[in-house]
Amino acid sequence: MKLLIILPAFNEAKVISQVLAQVKQVAAKLPVETEICVVNDGSSDSTAQVVKKAQVFVLTHMINRGLGASLSTGLEYAKKIQADFAITMDSDGQHDPADLITVLKPLLNKQADVVIGSRRLQPTGRMPLLRQLNNQAFNLLTRLLFGVVTTDSLSGFRGFGKRAIQLIELKTERMEVSNEFFTEIKRHHLNFTEVPIKVIYTAYSMSKGVKPTNVFAIIFRLLLRLVR
Amino acid sequence: MSSFLPVQLVFSLFLLFAASRVWLRLKDGSLTLASFIFWFGLFVLAIIGVFKPEITSIVALKLGINRGSDAVIYASILLLFYLIFRTNVLLENLRHDLTKLVRTIALTPLKKK
Repeated sequence: MKLLIILPAFNEAKVISQVLAQVKQVAAKLPVETEICVVNDGSSDSTAQVVKKAQVFVLTHMINRGLGASLSTGLEYAKKIQADFAITMDSDGQHDPADLITVLKPLLNKQADVVIGSRRLQPTGRMPLLRQLNNQAFNLLTRLLFGVVTTDSLSGFRGFGKRAIQLIELKTERMEVSNEFFTEIKRHHLNFTEVPIKVIYTAYSMSKGVKPTNVFAIIFRLLLRLVR
Repeated sequence: MSSFLPVQLVFSLFLLFAASRVWLRLKDGSLTLASFIFWFGLFVLAIIGVFKPEITSIVALKLGINRGSDAVIYASILLLFYLIFRTNVLLENLRHDLTKLVRTIALTPLKKK
């Protein structure tokens, strides 16, 4: 059994070495053969060098193509190496690598094709108000547009079984990808479950992710994806 | 001989210029025949509308709009919205193609770097 851990990274030189060290530590204890892969999305800082120094496999986008594009590249690589499972997580340090086993378990037990690590099932830290509103708005949008009920449509901590890796085809290329995963879950009738994850809010991680000012652009691009 | 209003001269000169660009784009192969017919037809209709505004009034009345100029503005707005939508779709498709290319390059040397 092979697991691929995918970390999309764009200008994360400040924190990624620490994140990778923690991920490697946890990965060594997982009950499956594990490979870690960073998708360096055209970073202009020293992300590529830091990842190489950490001796982690890196796929390089020559130019920045966005979160969705990076995740697609990671999942495409998972297909190529015939991984049985793939887990995506953020490389900005907001996810606790200890949750890798929490996300992996339902996949190993064949309880789900897709696992979403939800920050809202058993909230450990206080999610900032703006993020909460953002999340609620996108959860509602996911429900209205795609008919899928989720507690955390914007979570970047996700797990995929082999069937999901083979079937999911992402078209969006930026932040809207988080919601597109749910269209794919619905389109391919994939079983999905949510597990609680811990989230670590730092000033650095808060500066990343979906910002309220981007909400309308994200909705527009999502709708465009539906009619394109 | 009836004289033309200055606005008719300015508009018609611009529309003739636009129609000539369409013709040139067809000649250099950057426009398909269908696109040529659409754009050339549009500019020719606009020229007719400039010199024979009463025609737009006839069409407007048939559509239930009082003035010909109103009908032209409504139609133009609708057309602009549609063209913006098409441009956005085109841009998204181009972005998608670019991403595919970037991904292919990223995945090509599959041996570990």
